[in-house]
Amino acid sequence: MTDYADYPTGDPVADTKAPAGPVHERWDTRRFEARLVNPANRRKHTVIVVGTGLAGGSAGATLAEQGYHVVQFCYQDSPRRAHSIAAQGGINAAKNYRNDGDSVHRLFYDTVKGGDFRARESNVHRLAQISVEIIDQCVAQGVPFAREYGGLLDTRSFGGVQVSRTFYARGQTGQQLLLGAYQALSRQIAAGNVEMHARTEMLDLIVIDGRARGIVARDLVTGKIDTYVADAVVLASGGYGNVFYLSTNAMNSNATAIWRAHRRGAYFGNPCFTQIHPTCIPRTGDHQSKLTLMSESLRNDGRIWVPKAKGDDRSPERIPEDERDYYLERIYPSFGNLVPRDIASRAAKNVCDEGRGVGPGGQGVYLDFADAITRLGRKAVEAKYGNLFDMYQRITDEDPYEVPMRIYPAVHYTMGGLWVDYDLQTTVPGLFAIGEANFSDHGANRLGASALMQGLADGYFVLPATVNDYLARNPHQEAVTGEHPAVQEVLAETEDRLNLLLAVDGDRTPDSFHRELGELMWELCGMARSAAGLRKALERIPRIREEFWRRIKVPGTGQEFNQSLEKANRVVDYLELAELMCLDALHRTESCGGHFREESQTPDGEAARRDEEFSYAAAWEFTGTGEAPVLHKEDLVFEHVHPTQRSYA
Amino acid sequence: MARTMWDSTIGKKTVMAVSGLIMLLYLVVHMIGNLKIYFGAGEFNHYAHWLRTVGEPFMHYEWTLWLVRIVLVVAVAAHATSAYQLSRRDIRARPSKYAHKKARASYATRTMRWGGIILGLFVVWHILDLTTGTVHAGGFQEGHPYQNVVDTFSTWYGNVIYIVAMLALGLHIRHGFWSAAQTLGVGSRSRDRALKTVADVLALLLTAGFIAVPVGVMTGVVS
Amino acid sequence: MKLTLRVWRQKNADTEGTMSTYEVDDISPDMSFLEMLDVLNEQLILAGEEPVAFDHDCREGICGACSLVINGDAHGPERTTTCQLHMRSFRDGDTIDVEPWRAAAFPVIKDLVVDRSAFDRIIQAGGYVTAPTGSAPEAHATPVPKADADFAFEHAECIGCGACVAACPNGAAMLFTSAKVNHLNVLPQGAPERETRVLDMVAQMDAEGFGGCTLAGECATACPKGIPLVSITGMNREWLRANRKAGKR
Repeated sequence: MTDYADYPTGDPVADTKAPAGPVHERWDTRRFEARLVNPANRRKHTVIVVGTGLAGGSAGATLAEQGYHVVQFCYQDSPRRAHSIAAQGGINAAKNYRNDGDSVHRLFYDTVKGGDFRARESNVHRLAQISVEIIDQCVAQGVPFAREYGGLLDTRSFGGVQVSRTFYARGQTGQQLLLGAYQALSRQIAAGNVEMHARTEMLDLIVIDGRARGIVARDLVTGKIDTYVADAVVLASGGYGNVFYLSTNAMNSNATAIWRAHRRGAYFGNPCFTQIHPTCIPRTGDHQSKLTLMSESLRNDGRIWVPKAKGDDRSPERIPEDERDYYLERIYPSFGNLVPRDIASRAAKNVCDEGRGVGPGGQGVYLDFADAITRLGRKAVEAKYGNLFDMYQRITDEDPYEVPMRIYPAVHYTMGGLWVDYDLQTTVPGLFAIGEANFSDHGANRLGASALMQGLADGYFVLPATVNDYLARNPHQEAVTGEHPAVQEVLAETEDRLNLLLAVDGDRTPDSFHRELGELMWELCGMARSAAGLRKALERIPRIREEFWRRIKVPGTGQEFNQSLEKANRVVDYLELAELMCLDALHRTESCGGHFREESQTPDGEAARRDEEFSYAAAWEFTGTGEAPVLHKEDLVFEHVHPTQRSYA
Repeated sequence: MARTMWDSTIGKKTVMAVSGLIMLLYLVVHMIGNLKIYFGAGEFNHYAHWLRTVGEPFMHYEWTLWLVRIVLVVAVAAHATSAYQLSRRDIRARPSKYAHKKARASYATRTMRWGGIILGLFVVWHILDLTTGTVHAGGFQEGHPYQNVVDTFSTWYGNVIYIVAMLALGLHIRHGFWSAAQTLGVGSRSRDRALKTVADVLALLLTAGFIAVPVGVMTGVVS
Repeated sequence: MKLTLRVWRQKNADTEGTMSTYEVDDISPDMSFLEMLDVLNEQLILAGEEPVAFDHDCREGICGACSLVINGDAHGPERTTTCQLHMRSFRDGDTIDVEPWRAAAFPVIKDLVVDRSAFDRIIQAGGYVTAPTGSAPEAHATPVPKADADFAFEHAECIGCGACVAACPNGAAMLFTSAKVNHLNVLPQGAPERETRVLDMVAQMDAEGFGGCTLAGECATACPKGIPLVSITGMNREWLRANRKAGKR
């Protein structure tokens, strides 16, 4: 076996779908060049969509509206529960309703810059263009966005930008947008255009003659594993933040769909790009099962500080003003508390590492609303953030109107994901990845309120056009049934894997392995990464994996509702994906966005990007479990936004 | 359309609300009439006789009374039928009980079903007692309601049955009136307190007004 | 903290269930209720027993997956979701009863997990605005009075957890259905389907075998999102109005 870190570099990979020409005309050009499927023929095509979040829900609904036969899956008991529902803050759109100098180009610019120049210009520009249509679409669906007294839509500002372009629905924007997509999907389910399989989890991808032709999925209620064939497969299964065990992801969010697709030939893009969100509620002990995010919008009015002195354990109200360090305002005077997430997170880690952290274990910083309450009045603060304050109080038993909140960074979003071209198609023809499941639009760091924008842009507008093109170019695929040998083979492999999990009958629970892996990843592949640490992780992960297959204990059988089996099977994939994340982090010896390499920083401790060597997206090709993957580089060309060292000072 | 209304749970509730309000209106009139007993046998018996001649000469003798009776019978039947059908449905919709029992809804709410049954039985007894005289204690005299009432409330069981039923009536109206308002969609956040107050006042007035009669007999004010 | 749990165990939909008793120790008051159940499940797996199945996902009170009746209360003693209930709401030595949602329309799948797909079918019957992708007019073309937008939002907050049904003595889904009817019917975007929406959703609600409303108010008391009881009044009003209009056509 070769050393995992000894990866070979293969041929470069290129996005062949984005047309040339001015960036603002590319999407129009692509849409015009895309072939169309005759509406009468669409119902003959089946498209599988995995996941019902913002991306999957909107894609399923839109494909069905266009006339395709959609077969859709979610592991939750209802498509309405996908984790997009937990997004709080808002959704960006270049509407310029405030007349504050916003434009499509500015949103494009902010997103490329915010992503630390590791995203593809053509994709990001398209995202900015579509953003305005998303708001129209959602309003038409009855999404109750916040409005002003005149009846027009309200907006607020968000981290990393200086215009007010974030549309919101109190602290539940994700919920409202998701319910809009869910309702559109429900309409199509009722119309018979979408065949919905809830409580059904994708376990593998079926590839026939080099094309994605279906999936293997398990009915979580009966335990029955079935095959589903189609003409195209769309993965909208979200991100892989749960590799870290503790994250703001939902408990059951998992990487199985994308990891299994990766194993079947889809390249994995920038796996090490993870976003650590600065404003989460600190953990309270070992029992912690997940972390809860407090919307970044809190940074609009809250001021972040720690005591100036190390080990100052006075209660916050007893620390006088001149002994407080409002470190973000001090270091970044022009953006202050509204610097991008990666910068805010790292700054919090730095002050805590200096021994100035607050709360249990010194793992926290204050987010103080005292000034805002004095300035705006308690009522106004309540109107803006009431539900977030309530949530904080419920979890911590502290009243944020009286005592400053304590926050600490936590894993929140994964910018990496399956590598896709401009059409959102992976390296497996017929396999598409949308939303957080792909790697495309956020580069090395995602700006606040951009995930909702991307998920809906992909699902409502981009994917339906590009799937159309794919199916029009491949109208007559071989008819495949469940009896096809390739289908049966994948089915048998899946059954074997689950049976093996049940057969080990060891002495450790799936959660104990997950927690062990997560702690390792947080320590060595978290907010700050070093060559030594990553090498250590690459050594330890295979050992955990080996121990897993020796000692895992899964009670019950495969032919029933078995949550331990579901969990164990997800951990199998985390244990492989974690290794790839560490390798990607190790190979990228620069710091950029959410990826901070200790070896690559400026004299004053800021991330130092190295464009000459690393202005590319890393697309990894799977070669075998524990085997060194092959690196394919996609060069990033910046014609419109010239890479500069990001400055928020 | 009528069929979809009756098929729907909300439709049945609407029937209950409307029929309930009709009965409530009748009860208010009935209660006021009853209080005339305090003005002596003459006035009370005259009033009872007048009930038969209302609307003359357009209406024939007792026509109006029978019209009211028919409306009431229809209301009672509609109210009871919907209640029965809805109750059966409700019980089917919650077949297994919680092991940990807990009752939080108000007493008036929880007693709607039993209260309704008690009131139904009471109405039967009440008619057999004071309208037909079938089960009347002491010789029933047609056309002498004052004496008949005094007879009924001179027995202990007459008083017990009546007073218990009137307390049940109060509870039933307390939840029923407010509930009918919600079913008919006239409730709102700003109106809720007012509706609840009206329900309480109606319940209290009707219960007190009706019970005043046996109390009058028992204390000897009416004899 | 040391606690005694009495938990509903039921192997699958076809078998009878029963309350089983378990002891858990070393419970921190900062744990969420579900984290306490995680502790129990780790114990059970290592002891070679089947862990308790329960629905949960976001664990931040918004996905609506968690669904436990705790000591007779849907979502337990605090007005929140089970995942946001913390053990500080209990005392050392307490005995806690944990049961699944009970309603004919929510059959038990296993232990504390129930099938709530009836809710999805109610939404499918009309809980949407027909606005196919691409057909939308400019967002500012139709201003919506702030009061209406706020009213819509308050009802749109429903997370579809089913606590209203679980708490209702009649197993009724009126609060759930009314929340969606009120959300969409107050908005100008929802106006064209205002009548069909309420008629179809109520018909589906009845067809699913939910009970009728006796306005006991338990639903609104249990609702973790504070959907008010008067929401049902609003739906009744919409339903009567729709019937009147249908009669005129």
